[in-house]
Amino acid sequence: MKSIPIGRSSRDEIPRLLRVCGLSVKYGADGQALEAALRQLDLEISAGEVVGILGESGCGKSTLALSILGLLPADARVDGSILFRNEELLGMSEAQLRRIRGAKISLINQEPGLALSPVMRVGEQIAEVIGAHSGLKRKARKQEAEAMLRAVNLTNAGRICAAYPHQLSGGELHRVAIGQALACRPDLVIADEPTRSLDVIVQAEILGVLRNLKQKFGTALIFITHDPALLVGFADRVVVMYAGRAVEQGPSSRMFGRPLHPYTKGLLNLVARVPRRDGSAPAGLLPVIPGGPPYLEALTSGCAFEPRCSRKTEICQSEDPEELMPEAGHRVSCFHHGS
Amino acid sequence: MAAEQATKRAARPALVRVHALSKRYVQRRIFSRDKFVVDALKNVDVEIPPDCLTALVGESGSGKSTLASCLAMLETPDSGEIWFEGREISRAAACELESLRPKIQMVFQDSSGALNPRFSAAQIIAEPLEIQRRVSGRKLRQRTCELMEEVGLSADWADRSAHEFSGGQRQRLAIARALALRPTLLILDESLSGLDLVTQAQILNLLAEIRIAHSLTCLLISHDLSLVGQVADHIAVMHKGTIIERDTRQQVFESPRHAHTRELLAATRTIASAFRAERPGSE
Amino acid sequence: MNYLTRRLIHGIMLLIGASILCFLFADFAPGSFFDEIKLNPQISPETVAALRSRYGLDQPMPVRYVRWAKSVFRGEWGYSFAYNAPVRSLLAVRAGNTLLLTGVATFLAWLIAVPWGIWIAAHPGRGIDRLSMGSTSVLLSVPELVLALGLLYLVVRTHALPVGGMVSLRFDQLGRWSKIRDLATHLVIPVTTLVLANLPIILRHVRSSMMEVLKAPFIQAARGHGISKASLLFHYALPAAANPLISLFGFSMGGLLSGSLLVEVVTGWPGLGPLLLEATMSRDLYVVVGVVMSSTLFMILGNLLADAMLLAADPRVRMQ
Repeated sequence: MKSIPIGRSSRDEIPRLLRVCGLSVKYGADGQALEAALRQLDLEISAGEVVGILGESGCGKSTLALSILGLLPADARVDGSILFRNEELLGMSEAQLRRIRGAKISLINQEPGLALSPVMRVGEQIAEVIGAHSGLKRKARKQEAEAMLRAVNLTNAGRICAAYPHQLSGGELHRVAIGQALACRPDLVIADEPTRSLDVIVQAEILGVLRNLKQKFGTALIFITHDPALLVGFADRVVVMYAGRAVEQGPSSRMFGRPLHPYTKGLLNLVARVPRRDGSAPAGLLPVIPGGPPYLEALTSGCAFEPRCSRKTEICQSEDPEELMPEAGHRVSCFHHGS
Repeated sequence: MAAEQATKRAARPALVRVHALSKRYVQRRIFSRDKFVVDALKNVDVEIPPDCLTALVGESGSGKSTLASCLAMLETPDSGEIWFEGREISRAAACELESLRPKIQMVFQDSSGALNPRFSAAQIIAEPLEIQRRVSGRKLRQRTCELMEEVGLSADWADRSAHEFSGGQRQRLAIARALALRPTLLILDESLSGLDLVTQAQILNLLAEIRIAHSLTCLLISHDLSLVGQVADHIAVMHKGTIIERDTRQQVFESPRHAHTRELLAATRTIASAFRAERPGSE
Repeated sequence: MNYLTRRLIHGIMLLIGASILCFLFADFAPGSFFDEIKLNPQISPETVAALRSRYGLDQPMPVRYVRWAKSVFRGEWGYSFAYNAPVRSLLAVRAGNTLLLTGVATFLAWLIAVPWGIWIAAHPGRGIDRLSMGSTSVLLSVPELVLALGLLYLVVRTHALPVGGMVSLRFDQLGRWSKIRDLATHLVIPVTTLVLANLPIILRHVRSSMMEVLKAPFIQAARGHGISKASLLFHYALPAAANPLISLFGFSMGGLLSGSLLVEVVTGWPGLGPLLLEATMSRDLYVVVGVVMSSTLFMILGNLLADAMLLAADPRVRMQ
């Protein structure tokens, strides 16, 4: 297997829906120590593509979602570039961003129960989003909101529309959140752990709804999760994030079939065994990656994963691995990806 | 060998035996006759074998947490019996409870809510020891540091406050506090949900280690079978306030008897089988 | 039984309890209206005793309470010794004046505080926010009395406005619009004092509860859906921030009658304040009880109103 280091300029020039280049985000007020969240992240998404973003908590997944939508807190310092349909999102005014948020790029939150106003009817909240991005009349907005709820398989859309968030179950809230995010037929939907805190059965249903809608509307989807199993059979491409950087990305068949980065392998090992049909196997210990993600400020030279890596050698300590492309479309940042 | 051990275990009497346990929540208002009734537990029969990890799975609202609260003597059941080490504890007197409480410890889901944010890690762990007046002074500090090391936290962090720890570390802290009183039964109520997969697995491994070191019986409550199903010795499935199935993991996975169990397994398994299809030879 | 009915029953029970307490305390106070008459050598002790028995003051406390309660049901609210008239007719005029004053002041204070509070909550830490917080903390530390005196001093020096009273002497000869103008100019000083006294509290409450809500995840989520800033503030945040403000409003209704007593006395507004002062000085028992009871009634009504508003504003309360 021959690997060639790739420079940024040599990438294909097909217009992408979203292109994130060298994105760095640091938090911290003036004069205080900065806390890094993203380091030189590169990411591309084509129209209609489902990209799974995989990683532990604290590796910068949510920061990525917020920075695409320009929703980072005021003390965040952002570097790099985020091009959406060849338009630079970073540095856009709040008014320009408002036209993109919800209309072209929208977000499905982790906790829909918290992301909906407790004192507004659910239908009204969807209609409000529709109203913010279209000239539709009040009544048409309401009809559109109801239609959206039917599209997410909520059969009694009328009742749900008139309900307040606290009157709905977890599964219903998640569907409402999905309906709200898709209400204006955006080009890109970012789902940040959309099934967290749900029971498995409901979780499977919600995933089904997302799949259907993706097919129906042809929306591109960024699916952020810590559980590789949720991406199987759904994501076209998988990006594994570690310590604020994409350490491996590629088509999901390759990523799941032949992962190259030890971190990816570690994540997948946990799921591949689930659940053993033969319960007879000794329980023993689960194959885990030891330790936790590093504090990014404390990073010195070398690979950020080195302290937890089972395959580390001397070079990992001294040098930061460059991104390599051993196969077309499959990129990895590891010295030992072959082994 | 494994089978032999299993039969040996089975021969020993159950650590906890729950018989016909019922609990109903009634919400009443002053000046009002309307009532809001929830049957959280309906005639629950379950046994927890000693020195094992028993997983209690079910959807939210199935009554798992109520059962756990009854076992931990935080709630009084309406009827039924809970036998613990051969004693009926569901209606124990206050003086009896005092000696029983340390033996049954509970770790909650949201440990950030269950840990006092103004306390340092050491204070959090030392609190139950101080209340029970087990140790004091320098010995207390030493014991606290031991406990922290045991759950995989550096003793150097003893003076950090709870909010400085990550979610997984806070759960470790909560486990250390529970271990401080050397319990016989450790109940983890949804302690893994909200954590990412790697952290969940790390905590499960930690549990496996401390279970052996302390000859501890664990009851792990979860809505998700995927990881728990890999490590549990026994699985009890709860649905609408009753235990619909309880058996060894092998039995539950190989021949689930109840339709709801099959549904639960299917939800976990569709993902896993799809995964295997994409990863030939991964095992 | 629904929520509001239950609250109403609570309110009535509270009112009865308050009236008993009020009676008890008035009874404990030393001296009575007739003690001063006794000092008058021209009135014989027999006359005083006859007066006492006419007003029932020779009866034991429970009997007097029952008599008073009966007179409340007759719509008299007891009898004033000094004015020689039923208390209610006295109260009605004075309470109306006080309500006019405090109603206008409350309305203005909220009208100013809500948009101002929302604005500074949306821009915390900016110059306007710091200025508002600084000036309100100064205002909070200045007693109403000093505010009123300061304003009076300014007005007296500049002759810009009439001082004291509610209307001019030649009020009856004025046309309708001139009457309103006359009343309005007399309102300026007491209203300004009350607004300045209440504004800081309301403003700080609006600001803090808005800031709390603006940090909520659903506001972030709404921003993420491209909701405009105005809609975000007024349509999303304000209704969610309203609960503590409605409670505050209920409390401030309770203070409507009693809160302005001092200001009325200082600015010479013929409201309940001067009446209460006079009645207390002359130990006109039933007038004091009447004023206190009408304040209690207002507090209970205010809280009922707040409960009704909470019910209307928050679906979560409706569910309970």
